[in-house]
Amino acid sequence: MKKVSVSFTLNGDPVTAEVPVTWSLLKTLREYFELNGAKKGCGVGECGACTVIVDGDAVSSCLYPIPEIEGRSVTTIEGIASAEGELHPLQKAFIENNGVQCGYCTSGMLMSAKSLLDQNPDPTEDEIRTSIAGNFCRCTGYIQIVEAIGMAAETIK
Amino acid sequence: MSEYLYVGKSIPRTIETDKVTGRAIYIDDLKRPGMLYGKILYSKYAHAKIKNIDKSKAEKLPGVRAILTGYDIPDVRVGFIKDQTVLKKDVVRQFRDEVAAVAAISPEIAEEALGLIKVEYEVLPTVFDPVEAMKEGAPLVHEVDARGRPLKSNILPLPWKFYAGDIETGRKASAYTVKDSVSTTWVNQCCMGPSGCVAEFDMNNNLTLYDQTNVIHLGKQRIMEYFAQIGLKGKKVRVVNAIVGGSFGTKLDTDIYEFICMQLALKTRKPVKILFSREEEFFALPPRQPAIFDIEQGCDKEGRLTFRKCEALLDNGAYTSWGATTPSVMMMPMSSLYRVPNVSFEATCVYTNNIYCQAMRGYGNPQANFAVETSMDTLAEEAGIDPAEFRLINRNQSGDETPQRLKITSCGLEECINSVKEKLDWDKKKKDKKKARGVGMASLIHVAGGARVYMSDGHGIMIKVDQNGCVDVFESGTDQGQGSPTVISQIVAEALGFKPEDISLTMGDTGLSLWDAGTHASRHTFMAGNAAIRCCEKVKKQILDMAVQYMPKLIKGGFKRKKRKDPDFVQPDLDYSLISNPEDMDIRDRMVFPKSDPDHPYFKMDVREIVRSGLHVGVGDSRVVVAEEFYDPPTEMLDREMKGNLSMTYAFGTTGVEVEVDEETGEVTILKLIAAHDVGKAINPTLLLGQVYGAVYTGVGYGLTEEIKVVNGRVMNPNFRDYKMLTAKDVIPITPVVVEPGDEAGPFGAKGIGEPGLVPTAPAIANAIYDAIGVRITDLPITPEKILTALNDKQ
Repeated sequence: MKKVSVSFTLNGDPVTAEVPVTWSLLKTLREYFELNGAKKGCGVGECGACTVIVDGDAVSSCLYPIPEIEGRSVTTIEGIASAEGELHPLQKAFIENNGVQCGYCTSGMLMSAKSLLDQNPDPTEDEIRTSIAGNFCRCTGYIQIVEAIGMAAETIK
Repeated sequence: MSEYLYVGKSIPRTIETDKVTGRAIYIDDLKRPGMLYGKILYSKYAHAKIKNIDKSKAEKLPGVRAILTGYDIPDVRVGFIKDQTVLKKDVVRQFRDEVAAVAAISPEIAEEALGLIKVEYEVLPTVFDPVEAMKEGAPLVHEVDARGRPLKSNILPLPWKFYAGDIETGRKASAYTVKDSVSTTWVNQCCMGPSGCVAEFDMNNNLTLYDQTNVIHLGKQRIMEYFAQIGLKGKKVRVVNAIVGGSFGTKLDTDIYEFICMQLALKTRKPVKILFSREEEFFALPPRQPAIFDIEQGCDKEGRLTFRKCEALLDNGAYTSWGATTPSVMMMPMSSLYRVPNVSFEATCVYTNNIYCQAMRGYGNPQANFAVETSMDTLAEEAGIDPAEFRLINRNQSGDETPQRLKITSCGLEECINSVKEKLDWDKKKKDKKKARGVGMASLIHVAGGARVYMSDGHGIMIKVDQNGCVDVFESGTDQGQGSPTVISQIVAEALGFKPEDISLTMGDTGLSLWDAGTHASRHTFMAGNAAIRCCEKVKKQILDMAVQYMPKLIKGGFKRKKRKDPDFVQPDLDYSLISNPEDMDIRDRMVFPKSDPDHPYFKMDVREIVRSGLHVGVGDSRVVVAEEFYDPPTEMLDREMKGNLSMTYAFGTTGVEVEVDEETGEVTILKLIAAHDVGKAINPTLLLGQVYGAVYTGVGYGLTEEIKVVNGRVMNPNFRDYKMLTAKDVIPITPVVVEPGDEAGPFGAKGIGEPGLVPTAPAIANAIYDAIGVRITDLPITPEKILTALNDKQ
């Protein structure tokens, strides 16, 4: 199969990947870079488990064609704690407030929330809910997730 | 000493930090060396004869390692009543019938190979309506039973019947009676993590199955039974769970794909992974069992229930998994939700060419609860009694023994109903009714102290403490996200006198655990917690025996060292009898001390020092600290009449809802939802709320939006776009009320709370909608279309 070579920034590092041209960003992250945090919950952009941040915006990486990633900056769940391993306030808040149960949606949920807080440090509850509207969760009823994102916003402020 | 250090505290689930960093390994992420990828070819028809399967073209595809059909593997029946084979041959009976399976070096090649397999079918007559399927002359879904005896009817040989008292006597004593018909449909469990497993045989044909099951030991048993029939008798099986991306009932049965995966691994001599797509999650996994109920109830002039009679019809689909056993749980609310002296419940399961069903959170309880709580409302209205008052009149109470012989040891139902009334401002809302607004409620009973559905309802646990003070707990259950690693750690820390951070939990591995009937029936905290407490007593005794032996030496040794450094040091005159008897000592927060003087300046010692001393004593006398406990509660199997106290305790709860209905669009808005639950004791209040919130949301979906649309046997909406699960934008303002009467049998008084939040949610909403607009929707989900149609019919 025809391959494509793409160079982009991944969690702060300059990287180059040579992968089949048909691969999605999700498949590239999982199979080329072995970053398993983003999950394939549906593969068609409906569930949000594969959410990563591209140039500041939360996107469904399962729908993102890999050639499009050239020159862009990608942040995944593996890249939001500090280099020393200090968890991001969102990660801490999810642990603290039971925003995690089975954890399958968590990576995507956190990336949607991070994109929100990066752009809007003081969101309303409605804005928080809108930011994760594309991230399905079956375990939590979203309540403790929404609370956790609010808690993290407070911490970051 | 009564104050708990860790129980009752919202300890964060720090143990699961891997889940917020992307490091947790789910089945999706698991790779084994040389692993192949398996895919399944499903039937093209709901009922057909297989005339021919041509796999020659697919076999030639580079990268394909094996293609199996029903003609290539032993013809062994599996499942609850052994009514299906792993791969189907000769006949397919539903669209999800597994016809062939491929193992290839990549999922893409496996998928491509599926497209190259040519199957010739001859279409057979179908039946999709369970009522039609019962009629004489209906097409038979199965021609023979598991033993090859011819079948004459589609009705399953599972006559679920429960009788208590006498319906006619009840009827005669009634001043009011009502009859209702209600129905519930298929809903999907919607685990965010797709189903999958990795099967790997060693060179001696022993299997390791990396899995997601919530019944590791029963799963292993089923596999061993299967092995015995396919020439692998005596081979060893180890079931090891990856991190599980949700379960909600889907992992209770050993599914066909798991057997297929084993067959592919056996054939190829390589580890094989099967991972479902979302589409497969929707059409190839058994969803919640639908049911149709005809329910009749009566009450006397004072509003006391006189009888309850109900007949249920279950569309079994083409094969039988746990869905067909949901009536055994339906019997619990039918017989025991509210005090009702005369009960008759009969359920019939019927084969059709539809999808078959299995467990989902609440088992049969949400279905039956919808019937009972609909009838409670219509009967209250008939009798002219306020629905809340009517429920209070008939409430269960501590000390009751129900018609099913369930022993109600503790019951917070009265408090739950009253909390809902108060928090909804029920009486005022009923009096000053606003247009299109209404309130409704529904209550529940559920097993909360295990459920003896197998001969053993036990849970085994092993605990060791090493010289570093690390407490390793090997428990026999699984975690599918509920937070057991945190909750059980809290229980162990409290019971053993250590800190939660000292505890490491190993779960979900048959090779490292004793036996557990499964993490189902809201039983895990209760069972594992009770086993843990008992095991901790044994471990504690070992440590205290060591303390008595070594503490005086350690203390005196310390004095000697002090004396060497400081010649003026005067050794205090101590009463060593305080630490001479293990029974007079205790451990708390990692410190060993005499009970009579917990803050003794010399006799309070770090437990790690003592364990170290016990291990490192020189030749011949060293000891390790380890104990095991198997807790199997003194409950009863249901007898032939389906009666018996199958659980140590029961959960009660009430959901109250205020809704507003848009009479132009049929849209329902939930203005307030009160979820009041008798939980015994909240071990971890924050985690407990997570269980309630999640269950309520699924319950709201059950009530209003969720439905697998099955048309002529085919799932028409196998995706999240067309299957309406709630999102974060669907704001349900939930007010939880946690009632904690404590139950003697529970670990620190706790009852199970995994399922209850879901059970009464849909009927409470239905009752509130009726209160709001005066029309009663009796088939779930209550969609805007149904509301508008009902409003039109009313006019």
